[in-house]
Amino acid sequence: MNTAALLDVAGLTRRFGGLVAVDGVDLSVRSGEIVGLLGPNGSGKTTVLNLVSGALAPDAGRVLLKGREIAGLPPYRIARLGVARTFQLVRVLGSMTCRENVLAGLAFGHSRQWGAAADQAADDLLAQVGLGGRGATMTGELTYIDQKRLELARALALRPELLLLDEWLAGLNPTELQQGIELVRSLRAQGLSILMVEHVMDAIRSLCDRCVVMNAGRKIADGLPAAVLAEPEVVRAYLGEADA
Amino acid sequence: MNARLFAGAAGIPFLVAALAAVPLVADGYQLSLAISIMNYTVLSTAWALFSGPTRYVSLATVAFFGIGAYTVAVFSEILPWPLILLIALGIGMAVALIVGLSTLRLSGVYFVIFTFGLAELVRQLVTWWEVNVTRTLGRYVFIDITTEQIYWQLLALVVLVFAAGLLIRRSRLGLALRVIGDDEAVARHVGINTTIAKVALFTLSAAFMTLAGAVMAPRWTYIDPAIAFNPVVSFQVLIMALLGGVHRLYGPVLGVIPLALLFEFLLANFPNHFSILLGLAFMLIVYAIPRGIAGLAEQAGRLLGRSGGGGS
Amino acid sequence: MLVEALLSGLTLGGMYALVAMGLTLQYGVARIMNLSYGELLVAASFAAFWLFTAAGVSPVLGLVVVAPAAALLSWLIYRILLVPLVRRAPSRDALEVDSILATFGLLFVVQGVMLVLFGGAYYSYGFLAFAVDVFGVSLAANRLLALAFAAVIGLALYIGLTRTRIGTAVRAVAVDPVAAQLVAIDVRATAAAAFALGGALVAVGGVLVSMFLTFNANIGVVFTMKALIVVIMGGVGNLLGCLVAGLILGLTETFVATWIDPGLTLAATYTIFLGILLVRPQGLFGRAAR
Repeated sequence: MNTAALLDVAGLTRRFGGLVAVDGVDLSVRSGEIVGLLGPNGSGKTTVLNLVSGALAPDAGRVLLKGREIAGLPPYRIARLGVARTFQLVRVLGSMTCRENVLAGLAFGHSRQWGAAADQAADDLLAQVGLGGRGATMTGELTYIDQKRLELARALALRPELLLLDEWLAGLNPTELQQGIELVRSLRAQGLSILMVEHVMDAIRSLCDRCVVMNAGRKIADGLPAAVLAEPEVVRAYLGEADA
Repeated sequence: MNARLFAGAAGIPFLVAALAAVPLVADGYQLSLAISIMNYTVLSTAWALFSGPTRYVSLATVAFFGIGAYTVAVFSEILPWPLILLIALGIGMAVALIVGLSTLRLSGVYFVIFTFGLAELVRQLVTWWEVNVTRTLGRYVFIDITTEQIYWQLLALVVLVFAAGLLIRRSRLGLALRVIGDDEAVARHVGINTTIAKVALFTLSAAFMTLAGAVMAPRWTYIDPAIAFNPVVSFQVLIMALLGGVHRLYGPVLGVIPLALLFEFLLANFPNHFSILLGLAFMLIVYAIPRGIAGLAEQAGRLLGRSGGGGS
Repeated sequence: MLVEALLSGLTLGGMYALVAMGLTLQYGVARIMNLSYGELLVAASFAAFWLFTAAGVSPVLGLVVVAPAAALLSWLIYRILLVPLVRRAPSRDALEVDSILATFGLLFVVQGVMLVLFGGAYYSYGFLAFAVDVFGVSLAANRLLALAFAAVIGLALYIGLTRTRIGTAVRAVAVDPVAAQLVAIDVRATAAAAFALGGALVAVGGVLVSMFLTFNANIGVVFTMKALIVVIMGGVGNLLGCLVAGLILGLTETFVATWIDPGLTLAATYTIFLGILLVRPQGLFGRAAR
């Protein structure tokens, strides 16, 4: 493959006091690709997402988006450059309606839409994630999966090129999981590139083009899902240190 | 809904006209009461403009109010009135900009603490300056302005602060602030420059407070730093806004009217116990009506609506 | 002149450190930002004043009465006024804001009561008001005694918190109330105890301060501000940080008052505070993560 990477991360490092949460990680996401980021709890996956999305600044390493350095930029700049994210613990805006939640993404993101056109776009996005006609519903009345859908719609409202999903499929029942997998797949079909932290193996196998596995802050494997999951070190990381 | 909105909008000019006619019918005491209500309406609506959506509790109201009042005291005999207002506005906004840029990045509690002492700091600096540099602690305000004119200027400020509130509410900035109030991390990740949004609104809110202080200054004939920067003002503005409710533009007014009357009554009848009663009133509000009168009204409205529309 | 300023700065700083230790316990452990904190200090000063002038009780003995009374009062305030807020608060941030508002009201009530009882005039009394020679500098005996008490009580508190079982529980709650609950610590009782202990400390501070400073019903707010500044400078919940930050504040104030202008001490305090907030918002000794 000689397509240039959309996201190119090299030597990414972040320390918290004495703990090196992310230790020299390299990874890339090519255009139109879904990359899974796996690893046991505490291996630094969410920290990687926080570093890419700007929630944290790296201590070392580079993060290139379409060849442009974005490491250390404030999150709002990175969001406007085309990187959207969801959160591990779902975060919807509690005092607002579903439509307003999505408008928040439209108004300040890449498209900077506002007014009647934005309202229409928000309703379209809600329909896309399966919340059609729920625009006026207060977020507090949503079920867990619907909150996750809403969070995804808000992320999509930024019109991102790269989507960061942090365990977006966790906690869903089997039916919801199938719907969720279909939804993520449809996003790739629209040309989005996705970096997803995930534990649900079914989802990883059916969605990911490639997987990166982390353990204790380091990258221990990178490749096709089936091959990566069979590597001895990956198996050891999951089974050998499951005392948490 | 639209019809109601339209009727409301059509009613506004009449309401303003009626309020403008108050000095023509009110006696001296009533007019001073009306001035007090107008003043606190400007202050607490401006306070809620920033603190309502962002949930930053500011105790700096009197710092800006005092800056406005004191600027008038300093320049009252040298410069024309519009120029004095402009200077006060400039100083107030500059201070707000500096304070906002340096403290609004911090988490809520640090902000409260800083604003808690800001008025005290400004007061000390002004006092020090007056004692050591100008050697005049305390100034007389001589301005050729009638009580009626003060009332009308405050009314104009009320109209302006409401107009600003309406415009912001319907703008991108208004949405940005609501997102920040709900979840600042989300705000940053949907592309909102949270610092600029907060500082802009903090400065706008301070601008209104400064102007209110400037307009009110001629009400005192004598001003010293202790009068201009009286911390009780910040406290009263805060509790009026809280009682009324900060989530709606009209909320603070609902708190201003009953409390301005109550304070007037307490000061007249229990001057020695004013502080105790003020504190008790405040605690009562915090414990009993945390979402304010506007919140209560909406809750009641929702309950009614739900029982009425239960069939759908 | 230098030694004199140094010693009086240390005395003042010791007082600030002691008072701030109480506040850091209340805020760090009970998660209550108590804006009426300084009013309790002034109330204790008045109690000591009254005991000394009306009943002839020395302030040292007065401590034995005032400190437990303040602890009991603080405990009651926590149990009756603040627990309802703890219960209704959806998050830690919401509790902080609610507690600020509630204790702000309390501030005015307590201040109002003191104004009714004592008026706005400044008070002081003469206890051990003679000079002692220290390193060739004459220093008021009451200041020295206050400093000694502050040192002893601060040290006792530090040992109590770091070396005893109860102290460990208190620190555990400060670090993580949820995890503390998991290891069978009664978080609410611990928080109430820490709040009461904080009240006792500020009362001790009030009695000691009254021996050598003049005070009136309105100056509580100033002490609250300074205690808050010391707590934030030292890092919330950090006793050693309180000590260092308190001494820095005391020395700065004395130096500014001696060599620059007494009217600018608060401005100096604020400049330090703002500097710390901007450069190290977690405090001099705080952890980076919030």
